[in-house]
Amino acid sequence: MRRLAAALILLALAGGGGFWLLTRPATLAPAVLEALQSHPADPVQGEAVFWAAGCASCHAAPDLAANAPTEARLALVGGHSFVTPFGTFRAPNVSMHPVEGIGAWTLEDFARALMLGVSPEGAQYYPAFPYTTYARATPQDIADLWAFWQGLPAEATPSQPHAVGFPFSLRRGLGLWKLLYLDAAFVTPPTTDPVIARGRYLVEALGHCAECHTPRDLAGGLQRAQWLMGADNPAGRGRIPTLPPQGWSALDIAAYLQSGFTPEFDVVGGSMADVVANLSRIAPEDRTAIAAYLMALRSPPSQ
Amino acid sequence: MPRIVTALTLAAALALPSLALAETDNPNIAARQAQMTLMAYNLGVIGGMAQGRMAYDAGMAASAASSIHHLSLIDHSRMWPEGTDTMAAENTRALPAIWDDAAGFAARYTALQTAAEAMMAAAGTDLAALQGAMGGLGGACGGCHQTYRQPE
Repeated sequence: MRRLAAALILLALAGGGGFWLLTRPATLAPAVLEALQSHPADPVQGEAVFWAAGCASCHAAPDLAANAPTEARLALVGGHSFVTPFGTFRAPNVSMHPVEGIGAWTLEDFARALMLGVSPEGAQYYPAFPYTTYARATPQDIADLWAFWQGLPAEATPSQPHAVGFPFSLRRGLGLWKLLYLDAAFVTPPTTDPVIARGRYLVEALGHCAECHTPRDLAGGLQRAQWLMGADNPAGRGRIPTLPPQGWSALDIAAYLQSGFTPEFDVVGGSMADVVANLSRIAPEDRTAIAAYLMALRSPPSQ
Repeated sequence: MPRIVTALTLAAALALPSLALAETDNPNIAARQAQMTLMAYNLGVIGGMAQGRMAYDAGMAASAASSIHHLSLIDHSRMWPEGTDTMAAENTRALPAIWDDAAGFAARYTALQTAAEAMMAAAGTDLAALQGAMGGLGGACGGCHQTYRQPE
């Protein structure tokens, strides 16, 4: 009996130790650190990354009008709520404020948060923050983005806490989730077409289209086998459409991302209005590249 | 007799698109959906020119922009009465937020009128002026759809 108890205690310790090991917050690989530090960061290029990555969709003030001025989208006060089966997540203040925002971070802190979903203190971030996408971004883009971030205003609005119940309130457990779902490999195979390749990078590494347009499994992970096939609307009733939408041409998609007009001249609504607000600020060639990538998804070009 | 069947079938087939459009028996919902359909119909002209899909024609652009402006002037209070939101009525995507935030909705409807007026002034001038007014008009449309319309 005593031996059984001892065995159980050992087993529990081993299990706990295994859990502790498996859920350790990750650190950046030496090659990534080297690439971050050696890159001559360019804030102008960083602004392009900022709009392509859609940072403002979640971190600018909620309820911004579709035609709100650029300054409003650059005030990263946070406050957007995301109601999910696991609880309600609230986007934090990520402005340059040294206390309420991330103004005191280093480039390495920033890259670790974006690419690994780990805070400077080593806490696991919830995947409402799409580091599962940004894990594919190049260190150069991250460094440029951080250079652009330095010029953003400091906002003193405090971040609102998430409302997440047990056991999801234990952030450490997210380490296990990341073992299953944090995969820096691209989803679709590489392509020799430079335009589609650019679109693949924009969609899979920055734009995080899949976070809404791909269905999730019970644990909240993306079902990669149904990549961009559409999903239930996480924000309520209705359905997020399959990409590309049926009957749309590449020109239709590029025009929509620039103007918000569908081919029938309906006008974008819901959370997609913020996406269009961001993507209307990227280079026209990049919108064309996104459109080419999406069109190629359902009609693979003959090799 | 077969001719009557054929005629009826044809009539039904021709009626289908309009039935698909207005599956509602609420005249207020039908009216506002018709207003939106006519907006989109006219936006197709100036939007098609702005996007370079059709040649710029000053007369046609001015006419379409004038139509959009006049459509925007229709009094919204009758078309969006209480009890015609997604929770209370079928075949509508009008969210309860319209009535919870009546002042905000009215302000955005006014913003649409302002943007449509600006487009009316610009559309007949030249293509650059039309393109310049497009963002404001699209933004005004999106201003309502973003907050007050349920995704499909």
